[in-house]
Amino acid sequence: MADKKDPIQTPLTDEQRRKVLMGMAAMPAMMMPGMALAQAAQFPTAKVNTSKLAVTDTEVVVGQLHSATGTMAISETGSIQAEQLAIDQINAMGGVLGRKIRVIKEDGASDWPTFAEKSKKLLVQDKVACVFGCWTSASRKAVLPIFEKENGMLYYPTFYEGLEQSKNVIYTGQEATQQILYGLDWAAKEKKAKTFFLVGSDYIWPRTSMKIARKHIESVAKLGKVAGEEYYPLGHTNFNSLINKIKLAKPDCIFAAVVGGSNVAFYKQLKAAGITADKQFLLTISVTEDEVLGIGGENIAGFYSSMKYFQSLDNANNKAFVEAFKKAYGPKSVIGDVTQAGYLGPWIWKATVEKAGSFDVDKIAAASGGIELKTAPEGYVKVHENHHLWSKARIGQAQLDGQFKVVAESPELIEPNPFPKGYQ
Amino acid sequence: MDSIKSWLARSGMGSVLILALIIIVVFPLTMDLFRLNLVGKYLTYAFVAVGLVMLWGYGGVLSLGQGVFFGLGGYMMAMFMKLEASDPETTKIQSTPGIPDFMDWNQITELPLWWEPFRHLPLALLAVLLIPTLLAFIISFAMFRRRVGGVYFAIITQAVCLILTVLIVGQQGYTGGVNGITDLKTILGWDTRTDEAKYILYFVNAGLLIASILLCRWIQLSKLGTLLLAMRDKEDRVRFSGYDVSMFKVFAFCLAAMLSAIGGAMFVLQVGFMSPSLVGIVPSIEMVIFAAVGGRMSLVGAVYGALLVNFGKTYFSESFPDLWLFLMAALFIGVVLAFPNGLAGLYESHVKPRLGKRKDKPAAGTDSTPSSDAPPATPLHSGAPHGGKPLARTALPDGVQGTSA
Repeated sequence: MADKKDPIQTPLTDEQRRKVLMGMAAMPAMMMPGMALAQAAQFPTAKVNTSKLAVTDTEVVVGQLHSATGTMAISETGSIQAEQLAIDQINAMGGVLGRKIRVIKEDGASDWPTFAEKSKKLLVQDKVACVFGCWTSASRKAVLPIFEKENGMLYYPTFYEGLEQSKNVIYTGQEATQQILYGLDWAAKEKKAKTFFLVGSDYIWPRTSMKIARKHIESVAKLGKVAGEEYYPLGHTNFNSLINKIKLAKPDCIFAAVVGGSNVAFYKQLKAAGITADKQFLLTISVTEDEVLGIGGENIAGFYSSMKYFQSLDNANNKAFVEAFKKAYGPKSVIGDVTQAGYLGPWIWKATVEKAGSFDVDKIAAASGGIELKTAPEGYVKVHENHHLWSKARIGQAQLDGQFKVVAESPELIEPNPFPKGYQ
Repeated sequence: MDSIKSWLARSGMGSVLILALIIIVVFPLTMDLFRLNLVGKYLTYAFVAVGLVMLWGYGGVLSLGQGVFFGLGGYMMAMFMKLEASDPETTKIQSTPGIPDFMDWNQITELPLWWEPFRHLPLALLAVLLIPTLLAFIISFAMFRRRVGGVYFAIITQAVCLILTVLIVGQQGYTGGVNGITDLKTILGWDTRTDEAKYILYFVNAGLLIASILLCRWIQLSKLGTLLLAMRDKEDRVRFSGYDVSMFKVFAFCLAAMLSAIGGAMFVLQVGFMSPSLVGIVPSIEMVIFAAVGGRMSLVGAVYGALLVNFGKTYFSESFPDLWLFLMAALFIGVVLAFPNGLAGLYESHVKPRLGKRKDKPAAGTDSTPSSDAPPATPLHSGAPHGGKPLARTALPDGVQGTSA
């Protein structure tokens, strides 16, 4: 009976092994309440909260202010989900300074006065320690005076036009120069683009972005010339005249910042007019995986997008993030640039609170510069003294399945520069 | 004593007094500053709703474009405050210090000439009152002279809304575009954002609103008010009697526009910014809803309507962030189905008869108005199921000289 297994030496069955593993996994979890309490005791509420925020010995209240309804809901849902995911993960690790995070959700309803009203409610009535929220520039502009007056802290996830810097805001997306300059240089070098046709929706972000692009193309980097510059109202859906102008100008590169619902019409009409990726090079700064869902992979495949994050990024942080996100919100959910930037907000706030040893907004604002995050899905990021992030720029090529293939990446982190000299 | 009572009943002053008591005494005593500031914001919409009662309820002209005048009034005020906030010292980071920040972002290097008058408060206040009224005069004169009315007029006011929104968004170097005009701080050095200023602005706003209601009530009780009603019910008969019908409609439209503009200016003072999202079609229709919920024949009802709908909006969206739009829809549908004449109609048909029973005699003469057999010719009445109901018959004609304000 040589093969009769000795009970002692028998390897554990799968069932048993799972139990042991679960037990081991549970150990830190079981220790956690104790640790959290110890940590909370180490940071007494009176000390970490000198400005009457909603912080108790066991709980810290934060606000979340996005559009869950209205025209912007489709864009902002990703940010809402990512911020919630990050907060859940932080709570599972024991919270911040031993305190669990409780979220008060408010709906800005795609309406700027509502954003102002709700931000005031969060700061004045709920006394939240910080707010994760806003998406459009207009909503940020509407709440900014309130955050400055009531001394709140806003973590803002969207890539935006720059020209702004506030003690009360941390900008976790790219400002315009980070997104644009690398993309244009890449287009000139790799795609030999000499003439550029600039297209955008008509509001502050595309206007400012195109101003920077034009200066870069014509005077700063001298890449070539601008063959045309066109703007269309938000929600515009008829691009035939634009397509005719493009056909006449025959630019090497279409540089696009068309947003929202217009995107769908824009790319479908380009395709219908025969302007496809095999004949025309197009670089956009406004299309993430979220937008491709609406546009349809077949309409945009082959065109390029300049972002700091793509869902397909190949690194361990991102794999864990994508897996956790899909587990929470379904296997079909996609993650765009802003969603990832939204995910960074709670983590950066946590790191800052721990560095400052306080929830007070003044201390958070002062401690933010220099905060590093090694676990970010986009890779290592750092908060600049100007409250924007150092991050890498990347170029992705749209694929039929709606994902992007990363074809280029800046070698170094790019410094955020919201008031770029020479581009004004 | 009796003469005061009958005066109160005849002129509808009783309900105005109650409203004044509620917004000037009860709200400030029972609410914290944050909620009171919100009420202040709702009351700025009430200006528009009061204007709509005059225009729609009395004049029979439905405008779906009051946001234009609310917005213009707001923008005039915002332009003044923005210029004051953009002194060279605070804007020295810009390429051209001393001009509003959004102009600098749009490569404008000097202040456009038409912004210059807004450096002066008296001129700005005058502009708040006159420019929207002038625009209203031009639009309505052109329309009513050609006897364009009813649905066609409503559609044209919608178009004006859209035109103005596109204009503001498109000319962002001069208007701030989609973002609007933000970061407004002071008037003549007086900081509008302090707690004390919020209280003062609230009371100024409430006072102006009560004054507007009194003005409208005075017009209603005058011969002009009677003519407006007559015109609404039988336009031709009034015309054949020798009256210039179109000019009366122009007057009602200009009055509503001016009230809306005051509301817009007060909105900017209390909220601190202005954006095209308050000009467009959606807010304009919302304002009609306030008047409809309150009861389009009742001036005080319009204020309650604005308060109720906005309280609902705030409360539902705070308590049920995922469901609140459905709850709002239920509120609208419920009100329109159950009380086609709004809150005021509910009061007239259910509360007042009971109150009246207790009194010895109701105010004399209120029930002998001839219009009770002529259903009012309002443009939207085909949609509301109120044609032959006794409820509508007793509630609607009261405007003539009834006890409701």
